Amino acid sequence: MLGLFRSLWEYRGFVWSSIRNEFVARFARSRLGGLWMIINPLAQVAIYALVLSNVLAAKLPGIDNKYAYALYLMAGMLAWSLFSEIINRCLTLFIDQGNLMKKMRFPRITLPVIVVGSCLLNYVLLFLALLLVFALLDQFPGPQMFWIIPLTATVTALAVGIGLILGVLNVFVRDIGQVVPILMQVWFWFTPIVYPVTIIPEQFKNVMDLNPMFPIVSAFHDILVYAKIPDLQDVMLTALISLGLMLLGLFMFRRAAPEMVDVL
Amino acid sequence: MSLLSVKNLGKAYRVYASEFQRIGRWFGLPTRPSEEHWVLKHINFSIEPGEAIGIVGQNGAGKSTLLKMITGTLQPTEGTVTVNGRIAAILELGMGFSPELTGRQNVYHAAGLMGFSADQIHEVIDDIEAFAEIGEYFNEPVRTYSSGMQMRVAFAVATAIRPEILIVDEALSVGDSYFQHKSFDRIREFQQQGTTLLIVSHDRGSIQALCDRAILLESGTVIKDGKPEEVMDFYNAIIAEKENATVSVRQLEDGSIQTRSGSGEATIESVSLHDAAGQMVEYVPVGEPVTLRIKTQINADIPELVVGYLIKDRLGQPVFGTNTHHLDCKLTDLSAGESPEYRFDFSANLGVGSYSVAVALHTADTHLARSYEWLDLAMVFNIVNISKDEFVGLAWMPPSVECVR
Repeated sequence: MLGLFRSLWEYRGFVWSSIRNEFVARFARSRLGGLWMIINPLAQVAIYALVLSNVLAAKLPGIDNKYAYALYLMAGMLAWSLFSEIINRCLTLFIDQGNLMKKMRFPRITLPVIVVGSCLLNYVLLFLALLLVFALLDQFPGPQMFWIIPLTATVTALAVGIGLILGVLNVFVRDIGQVVPILMQVWFWFTPIVYPVTIIPEQFKNVMDLNPMFPIVSAFHDILVYAKIPDLQDVMLTALISLGLMLLGLFMFRRAAPEMVDVL
Repeated sequence: MSLLSVKNLGKAYRVYASEFQRIGRWFGLPTRPSEEHWVLKHINFSIEPGEAIGIVGQNGAGKSTLLKMITGTLQPTEGTVTVNGRIAAILELGMGFSPELTGRQNVYHAAGLMGFSADQIHEVIDDIEAFAEIGEYFNEPVRTYSSGMQMRVAFAVATAIRPEILIVDEALSVGDSYFQHKSFDRIREFQQQGTTLLIVSHDRGSIQALCDRAILLESGTVIKDGKPEEVMDFYNAIIAEKENATVSVRQLEDGSIQTRSGSGEATIESVSLHDAAGQMVEYVPVGEPVTLRIKTQINADIPELVVGYLIKDRLGQPVFGTNTHHLDCKLTDLSAGESPEYRFDFSANLGVGSYSVAVALHTADTHLARSYEWLDLAMVFNIVNISKDEFVGLAWMPPSVECVR
């Protein structure tokens, strides 16, 4: 395990330049370049807000802002976009980079690290854009905003854990790559992002407790929309799950790495 | 301590009845693969600094698998590869290049992929730019490059810092012939500085010109490891080998090794060189007319017989070769018992030295289609300079000279 981190450190230059290159390549020959990374989720928020605000806006108690529903949507989307982007990219990571893995010798662990770095970069840009939009909608950040950092770490860990496991399995069982996007869609709708948690019928509330993304998204809502310190107890549980999944993912990655090149 | 040592190396591709059994194995479940397909087995050799080794073998013999395990992209199933030094491979150039980035940015990126730090690349970036010789394009996006330009940059990066072991695919095209020469000069330069070369090639000439040892792989094992000339003779024999064909190897009196192969419908009775007077000769003066007589024996009815010969220099490099198909002198519908003789008249316009003749009996234009017999080192002769002016080289190309002042 120590060797893993040592080789990662030796290849830090490569990791860094990969993240930068990906970013640069996005700007090349496109007028708005990286801005599309921000425009896309914002457009999605705008669509949901337009379509659903009349149905759902009234059900958001505790916020004194006429754009409350839009704020709520954006906070949830921020967390979800990081989560799903990491998973989706990890899912096909080893297949996409198969050619490189077959031809060049380099520490394979750099690949997921590059994905995480690149996703976090997008996330930070989206976050800054959201702060701007929030400010335009009269919602200003408070000191509770710092809780975003550990929360981001947790959601990243959760996504990396799940993504690594699925990405490794996908190399051997390609059905995984087909089924996961569907499951992610289901998961999205089973997480209170578009709708407030209050509209869930009482008998389904326990099901929510099984969803490790629920505490995270709620915490994002608390911080960004309700301007209060999030409920850390549930988040801690998710953090523990994330840690477990990440270790499992790393373990599987290490066991599978020698065989991966054989089947790619 | 050897630079590279390969011990009992083997690679098997495992097939499981279900992929879940494979996954179960990672977690220590005692599942067994349903099928093991061994592509390499029991490979042993070691390489010392400064050697140049050719790896030859037919397609599917396991060359790439072996090289991938040496470079470390593929994990061996059994055995070990021990490397004391850095390996660079010029098998696949331009990996990791991104078309939107400039040549310079790609150099940093690709060198990073090879494990160099930004500082190390800083030191050599000017050399890389100079070596690639693509001028202003170095700062343009790679998508605007021609494929040759991309190869130039890729080669320049791959060889920017001298490795201890350099793996080269000889057939790899690195742009135009100018750059091809330039890149081979660099490879030779590395070799002089102590880099060990591992060269994959099908080309006998380059293996013999560049290597001082060759390893022949055939269906996953090393079947010959020795002097390039012997190994290449054996390799050619294998290529020519068809059903019922045999390959026999005989050690000659002088210690060199003769390879004979073929299906045997026609065999070579004798090969000899004669001077203008018809005397059998072993020493031939430069430029003298000589006759190569090849006597054959037909052992079974065959539709066609083509006789070819190849004169090789002392290093085994081909000097001149042709056959009766190209010379348009064909014998067809031969029956068992015949013993046709072929005479090739030519002038020995060769440089001073020792030459050998290989003879092949086959159909059509090459021995690859149907080979009756292939005989290496069928005879050896020497060229001596008795009456001509002093010259060097393999060929006798007498000029007429004019000195103008």
